[in-house]
Amino acid sequence: MSILYIVIPLALLFAIAAVVGFTMAVRGGQLDDLKTPALRILHDDVPLRRGAGARLSDKSADAAPKV
Amino acid sequence: MSLVRPADVAVAANAEVDARSSELCAHCGAVSGTDETDPQGHRFCCSGCRTVYAVLHAEGLNDYYELRERSGAAPRAARTTGRSYEELDDAGFLERTARPLPKGLMVIELYVEGVHCSACVWLVERIALTVDGAVDATLDIGRSSVRLVWDPARTRLSAIARSLDRLGYPVHPARGSAAELLRRKERRSLMVRMGVAFAAAGNAMLFASALYGGEFTGMEPQFVTLFRWLSLAVSLPAVLWSAWPFFRGAWASLVMRTPHMDLPIAVGILTGFVGGAVATWRGQGGVFFDTITVLIFLLLVGRFIQLRQQDLARNAAEMLHALAPARARRLEADGPHDIPADALLVGDQIEVRAGEHVPADGRVVTGESMLDRAWLTGEPLPDAVGPGDTVHAGCTNLRAPLVIAVECAGLETRVAQLIARVEQAAQRRARVVRLADRVSAYFVLVVHLLALLTFIGWSFFDLWRAFDNTVALLVATCPCALGMATPLAVTAALGRAARQGLLVKGGDALEQLAGARLVVFDKTGTLTEGRLELVLWEGPLDIQPHIRALELEAVHPVADAFVRALPAGTTSEVTSFTYQPGGGIAAEVAGRRFRVGSSRYFQERGLALPDKLERTLAAQVALGRTPVLIAEDDQIVALAAFADPLRADTVQSLRKLHALGLELAVLSGDHPLAVAAVAAQLGVPLRFVEGGISPEGKLERIEQLARNHRVVMVGDGLNDAAALSAASVGVAVHGGAEASLEAADAFSTHPGVNSVRLLIEGSRRTLSTIRRGLVFSLAYNVIAIGLAMAGHLSPLMAAVLMPLSSLTVLTNAFRARTFGGQT
Repeated sequence: MSILYIVIPLALLFAIAAVVGFTMAVRGGQLDDLKTPALRILHDDVPLRRGAGARLSDKSADAAPKV
Repeated sequence: MSLVRPADVAVAANAEVDARSSELCAHCGAVSGTDETDPQGHRFCCSGCRTVYAVLHAEGLNDYYELRERSGAAPRAARTTGRSYEELDDAGFLERTARPLPKGLMVIELYVEGVHCSACVWLVERIALTVDGAVDATLDIGRSSVRLVWDPARTRLSAIARSLDRLGYPVHPARGSAAELLRRKERRSLMVRMGVAFAAAGNAMLFASALYGGEFTGMEPQFVTLFRWLSLAVSLPAVLWSAWPFFRGAWASLVMRTPHMDLPIAVGILTGFVGGAVATWRGQGGVFFDTITVLIFLLLVGRFIQLRQQDLARNAAEMLHALAPARARRLEADGPHDIPADALLVGDQIEVRAGEHVPADGRVVTGESMLDRAWLTGEPLPDAVGPGDTVHAGCTNLRAPLVIAVECAGLETRVAQLIARVEQAAQRRARVVRLADRVSAYFVLVVHLLALLTFIGWSFFDLWRAFDNTVALLVATCPCALGMATPLAVTAALGRAARQGLLVKGGDALEQLAGARLVVFDKTGTLTEGRLELVLWEGPLDIQPHIRALELEAVHPVADAFVRALPAGTTSEVTSFTYQPGGGIAAEVAGRRFRVGSSRYFQERGLALPDKLERTLAAQVALGRTPVLIAEDDQIVALAAFADPLRADTVQSLRKLHALGLELAVLSGDHPLAVAAVAAQLGVPLRFVEGGISPEGKLERIEQLARNHRVVMVGDGLNDAAALSAASVGVAVHGGAEASLEAADAFSTHPGVNSVRLLIEGSRRTLSTIRRGLVFSLAYNVIAIGLAMAGHLSPLMAAVLMPLSSLTVLTNAFRARTFGGQT
């Protein structure tokens, strides 16, 4: 059973990693708005988040409405 | 860009489909019903839809329609305002509301009207691509707000706002963004605490199940020790960091000497942890690390749900608040400019057009018009104003443009001072000790007495067993269920109420509503429609179409009421229409000369009233109605009387409120006679009926009443706002002034006072749900205390009993039909 002395610290490390990850997500504002991202996922074409310099004309041509 | 884009081809291909549905609005799909069309022959239901449709196609944004269809949301008619949004570029405004980012960028949060589905998200966030200089747009659809990052060197904020407006999303400067930042910080920190507590609870439970298993099947002592130390280690962050808010609350409750649920919670957590630590160090006795960590986690979840629910109501209030324009049109050397109302200075000249609100107190320089002061005074009839007259911020200009010299602006205006009094009244109001906190005061006392008894009793046999049993008792009675019973029941009730269009800002308001004794109503706009209706016509009927045609030209609530009530005729040619000094109008209709005005207007002109009409006039005045006389040539021929009618549901709602055992009263700023006349129609006994009361008078009256009773104040206007915040519970009804929304503890999105009945009934049901929850959790505590005092409460039993009781309370809270069961 001495394997426990390795497995448990390992498990605790995972737990700590999860908590750190969660904290980073919260601090980064990922969990502030729980409603809009669910709607945003439907938009499959333009990388909106990186919108700084991009123009849309070419992009909207690709995404012509399917009739 | 001159090439035909695939999108346009697709539109052409769609033409057949469009032809079939040509009667429907091409943008929102509603039945068109108007002759709004574009050059391609698409039909629209309104100019808003036409504008948006054209912009979407010109910008190649027609993916919107496909996205909207895929999202399954019902399309809505678009609204555009075509405003310049110049006030958003004001340097002072930007300094207050926008924040600078690195690289010279700026960020601001704005409320957006009309966002409701996935396609809206797409369209609004596209603004970062379609407007040069807009860097990033992130929409939060729950709060209807967009976070805009823009480059001031490349574009102005007003240009972005105009683009959003043209897409059918008018924007408004967000209010209270500092408060929102604080709330976000609070939410985030609570979430991190929850995360830590969850990780701790999960691991503590794993170790605990190993220990429980070991108790039955045997376990090597070295592993028992290991697992105990490990669970002590994992629960350390939960106790020290996650449970911190409870310790802080408990400390505050001790210092303030007010009972609070946090106190027994903190005691339970601390004794559980310390007792467990001692047992671990000694190597014997029970450890409760799993129970206390789960408890911390569950309590935090309860708090979090409660916080979110409160934010919901606050956001709704702030959104409505932001919709009220806070801008002014300042006349400068090069013409009028839109600026934020806050930026006005004394001595500025401002223009207020018909239909706009006056943004500051001042004096009329040029122009003659009618001012609607209903929000400020509760008086439904507008006053005539001309050069030299004083006007107040918050009034609505009805008829013609006015130029006003500002005398008081910003915080100096009468409205601002009224709002300041609202805040003062809210602060003065005594803090409510909640039911759960009152219960917990006794609970703490009893539990700690019993704990003491247990310790003393057992110490005759064995000091360590006495210690263990006392710890077991304190952990088991740590009021997890008790602490969750109220927040969860309240949260569930608030959620149900919100779905009914009743937004309540907190649990305190529910408890106060449930215990209310006296309900005081404002009259204008609350009990009544808030607009004049024709109630009596004495005179020849054949002139009615003529008068209607004449009144169509005029801007005045009485004119509107005439138009609504009188039959339309074939004669409609109105010539030489004039407003006359002293509140009258004159015109020729189909060659006949008519004058319409108040009795004072005709007196001043020396026109005598026939005896019969004289008697009617006196009778109508005594009833608190507004009489209007009509003369043809120089002969007074007819009398019309107007009154502000009761809302259709008022009498029935008041009767039901009376049946609930509530005392009712009316407090109004309108003329006492008119108030008495309305009160007489209500058909329920009233404790008092008072009219002609100033906003400040209302505040004092309510404060005086609230000293002895739980008073519910129901109102809509600015004149009620201070009274709303002074009452035990202020309820603002639909269509109210923004200040009253701010001041109210609850507000309804439906007009009329039926919402008050729904609120009170719902609150009473909520409170009985809370009581039931408290009884359940107290019953569990009695069992646990009995077991612990007898020395039979093992950590395993505590670990099973606690979630069981929490589950009961949860079910109780969410199953209860508090609001909207049967209405």
